[in-house]
Amino acid sequence: MFIVDYIKTVYNASTSLLKGMRMTGYYFFNHKEIITLQYPDVKQELPERFRGEVVMTHDEKNEHRCTGCTACELACPNATIKIVTKQELQPDGKKKKALETFVYHLELCTMCNLCIVACPTDAIKMAQTFEHSVFDRNQLTKKLNAPGSKLMEGVE
Amino acid sequence: MQYEEVATTQDGNLVINVGPQHPATHGVMHLVITLHGETILNVQPHLGYIHRSIEKMCESLSYRQFIYSTSRMDYLSSHINNHGCALAVEKGLQVEVPERAKVIRVLMDELTRIASHVLWWGAMAMDVGALTPFFHAFRERELINDIMEETCGARLTMNYMVPGGVMFDLHPNFVKKVKEFVAFFRTKIDEYDTLVTYNVIFQERMKNVGVISAADAVSFGCTGPVLRACGVKSDIRKLAPYDGYEKLNFEEPLETAGDSYARYLVRMRELRESLSIIDQLIDNIPEGEFQAKTKAVLKLPKGEFYSRVETARGEFGVYIISEGGLTPYRIHFRSPGFANLSCLNHIAKGQKIGDLVAMMGTLDLVIPDIDR
Repeated sequence: MFIVDYIKTVYNASTSLLKGMRMTGYYFFNHKEIITLQYPDVKQELPERFRGEVVMTHDEKNEHRCTGCTACELACPNATIKIVTKQELQPDGKKKKALETFVYHLELCTMCNLCIVACPTDAIKMAQTFEHSVFDRNQLTKKLNAPGSKLMEGVE
Repeated sequence: MQYEEVATTQDGNLVINVGPQHPATHGVMHLVITLHGETILNVQPHLGYIHRSIEKMCESLSYRQFIYSTSRMDYLSSHINNHGCALAVEKGLQVEVPERAKVIRVLMDELTRIASHVLWWGAMAMDVGALTPFFHAFRERELINDIMEETCGARLTMNYMVPGGVMFDLHPNFVKKVKEFVAFFRTKIDEYDTLVTYNVIFQERMKNVGVISAADAVSFGCTGPVLRACGVKSDIRKLAPYDGYEKLNFEEPLETAGDSYARYLVRMRELRESLSIIDQLIDNIPEGEFQAKTKAVLKLPKGEFYSRVETARGEFGVYIISEGGLTPYRIHFRSPGFANLSCLNHIAKGQKIGDLVAMMGTLDLVIPDIDR
């Protein structure tokens, strides 16, 4: 009886193995169901909401929407954002707080999106970039407002 | 805790180290195993290699900010961790979450559960020697990741649940894509069964390995599929329903054997239950707000708040003590992985060392969850 059981087990095992192998054979002959992309030659288009890094939007007149209110700086859990402000002289003679530098530490950022949600003027957004590797980590500290840019008209 | 190097003890037993970097532990976990021949006498897990002190970190973060860090604990069910935290904060704030947000949350939870179980299935089959299932599993998981990416903006650490609802509304493509996925995945589960579940070699490998009795599982604090494989009803979605789970019609899969194969079967049946939950909800997403109006600065009243949710691995609890300030006084997370790991020594004693990966595989350990 032992021999009969033994042969039965071997038979069962090999048939169940063959069933699995049949599926392997199916995919061997049906390449079209294989879904891998040949990165970096072929790149996937990333969805609009993908969180790659924080960028500041500028229009064609090199104007941004950031008022320097530091809402994003307070919302950030990792102290990724540091906002430096200056006092700007208005045409009517009054002084007004304005953005000087928007410092962004990409090396500290976890892409949690809390700064984007916190921004009252939609000045910053997430970019769909993801290849962030550099040779020197200092390059990851970025200045987001473009040189010479100023606040857009009508943004409070 | 004594640190032993590879050595033979005086009575001829061999002490070996598995990990901290070992492919079968899927992370940096260190097991010190005492062997007599091939038989395991003792398994001693050493933790701390990936400790980031998330609980302490949360004490300096506000109630909006701390949620993102819980995605980094059990990274495979990050949505559900975020959900638990959001529920605890909402309990303190006394905020009513809109119906639409509740449905979105449940849908996301179940998609995460499927992604987590699918990854577990592939990784566990790879541990016991079948390499192909891993690639099948990743193909299906990729579709869920794409859905998540489109709606939440990230593939793994979404940070989508916020106190009062969810961060964004659903993407217009969401419903269509989920329906496609559900239809596609139903055929794939049958493929999984053909490949692995009905494979006699696999069954021989898993049956009567790592047996734990119901009483022992309860006393070790095991939850989730590990406890349900012993026949104990323990699904938080049934016991203490949250966010509309009480209205849904789904079954709690139970097995009685308590061995590795029973844990495997429970998870495979949970996949089908999750699909049926998605089926019930996907056509009935109510219109309305996706986020309740909350104050810009959240302050919880003085007191203690606890919420628990069912992650892919078991019960996840969030315990917040508030002194009334901007940040919590103390936060504790009850993670399922830690409790499930504690029974490893009990189930591994007297078994062969080759079966250790089969036991660890079906416990479904995620190391950052154990070592917060």
